[in-house]
Amino acid sequence: MDWQLFLRSILVVIEKDMRIYYFKGPVVIFGLLFPLIMFLTFFIGRDLDLVLFFPGFLAMMLFFTASSVGPLITPWEKREKTYERLLSLPVILESIVIGDILAGAIFGIGICIIVFSACALLLPLPVTNVLLLLLAFVLGSVTFAALGTLLASPTTDNPSNIMMLSSLVRLPLMFISGIFIPLSQLSGWFFILTSLSPLTYLVDLFHASLNGDAVYPPWVDVLILTGVTLVFVVAAKAIQKRNLVKGI
Amino acid sequence: MDAVEATRLRKNFGTFTAVDDVSITVPEGSIFGFLGPNGAGKTTTIRMLTGVLIPDAGTVRIFGTDVARDPLKVKLKMGVIPENGTVYSDLSAVQNILLTAKFFGMDRVTREERADELLDRLGLSDRRDDLVRTFSKGMRQRISIACAIIHAPPLHILDEPTTGLDVYSRRLVIDTIRRMNREGSTILLTTHNIEEANAVCSLISVINHGKIVATESPEKLKKTFDTSRYVEIAFNRPVEPSLFSGSGIMRAESWGDKWRVYTDDPDRAVKYLATLAEREHLTIISIATSNPTLEEAFVKLTAGV
Repeated sequence: MDWQLFLRSILVVIEKDMRIYYFKGPVVIFGLLFPLIMFLTFFIGRDLDLVLFFPGFLAMMLFFTASSVGPLITPWEKREKTYERLLSLPVILESIVIGDILAGAIFGIGICIIVFSACALLLPLPVTNVLLLLLAFVLGSVTFAALGTLLASPTTDNPSNIMMLSSLVRLPLMFISGIFIPLSQLSGWFFILTSLSPLTYLVDLFHASLNGDAVYPPWVDVLILTGVTLVFVVAAKAIQKRNLVKGI
Repeated sequence: MDAVEATRLRKNFGTFTAVDDVSITVPEGSIFGFLGPNGAGKTTTIRMLTGVLIPDAGTVRIFGTDVARDPLKVKLKMGVIPENGTVYSDLSAVQNILLTAKFFGMDRVTREERADELLDRLGLSDRRDDLVRTFSKGMRQRISIACAIIHAPPLHILDEPTTGLDVYSRRLVIDTIRRMNREGSTILLTTHNIEEANAVCSLISVINHGKIVATESPEKLKKTFDTSRYVEIAFNRPVEPSLFSGSGIMRAESWGDKWRVYTDDPDRAVKYLATLAEREHLTIISIATSNPTLEEAFVKLTAGV
């Protein structure tokens, strides 16, 4: 395979996604307002420790922004018939899958860094490990952008079907990931349940980088998030390839 | 070297066989027409040729390179207009063209010059910065063509490029196809507009029920059905079909206010019809002989007659 061609096709897919789907007023405004609404909903009026609450909030924000638009791209392009045009250009399925994931990841990182910076200016937030924090941003956004692309893969050209599936998968993950109750305060089968969610490991990584109150060693979080990302990517590619074979 | 060499392509959708053992060869420099009725397997074949659909069996080579083995290299040599010629509605005309050019690795100066040239050639210069969502179908199709030819590929694959277009847009598309061919590109064109295929194609394959039923030049294809030449005649009053039972007349069909009399010897049929008119005291209003059209050949091939 010509790697230069392959990398170029990924970059152009990212540019296409950014211009058509992400750099839109409503999408950016939603991306910025959503965390604020979430913060007000879950923090204001409740007796929560900001230092313990913030890592979960940051993870939730990254989770939602990185995986928000990705599920809609492929079904939308199938409906508009632009997906077929894209496939006839010098791209392969891997270019589209990786390009879609990286576009979602860039959007997630961009929004979250803006929000985090604003919060860091206004709130007394501790940061114990800046490099680990940056790694958490990158790894978390790639993981959940990959989840978004996986959710886009099933056979449909109807974005509303994917929206339902997306909510069905993402909302339960939010509630079993130690966002609202710190992992260190969970025990028994509650703790086992949280270990099944990839979001748990991002929350834990943010704890490690912000307040040092992590349950797992950071390398475990990084390893699991990397593994989950690979599973999402391979599954998305396999499903989309099956769709190509079936002509759907 | 042949531009396209597809060998024994097969595609099943569940129990339905959409394309069955299809082989086509498109010589370099030709305009190749791929004809068939709706649902015959044209688009499925084209999608396999362009790497959009993975065949169940068979191979596709574009200028000698296997599509399955090196899709990126193959796609660089192609310009494809998929059925319905879709482009991104949320981008402007020029943004669509420039984005496509980036996939082909064209440098900034070249792609901007070429985009301007194509917009001018396709009559869209004044709409270059308008969002495509505000365009008519014909204008969208022209943008789709511009995207397909921006990198001046040696092969163009066009799936129903003129379907649903007005006369002006259709002419523009046909002129563009001819021009691309004159400039050295090979064209593979699917259509169900027979006259269009007759006018532009040097070679035609007809597909029906997923199988290739004929591959010939348009004139040879017409000659294959030479036995169905006919004389078209109109009399001053209605006549019974039983009148047309002379020697050399195969059958007669009512055709509006005329009769179409099929024969293997039009000269003899004309003499017979003149005698018939005299005998029956009929006045001939009009009479004309005609060779079979490509449309008739197509209808016979695809109807299994």
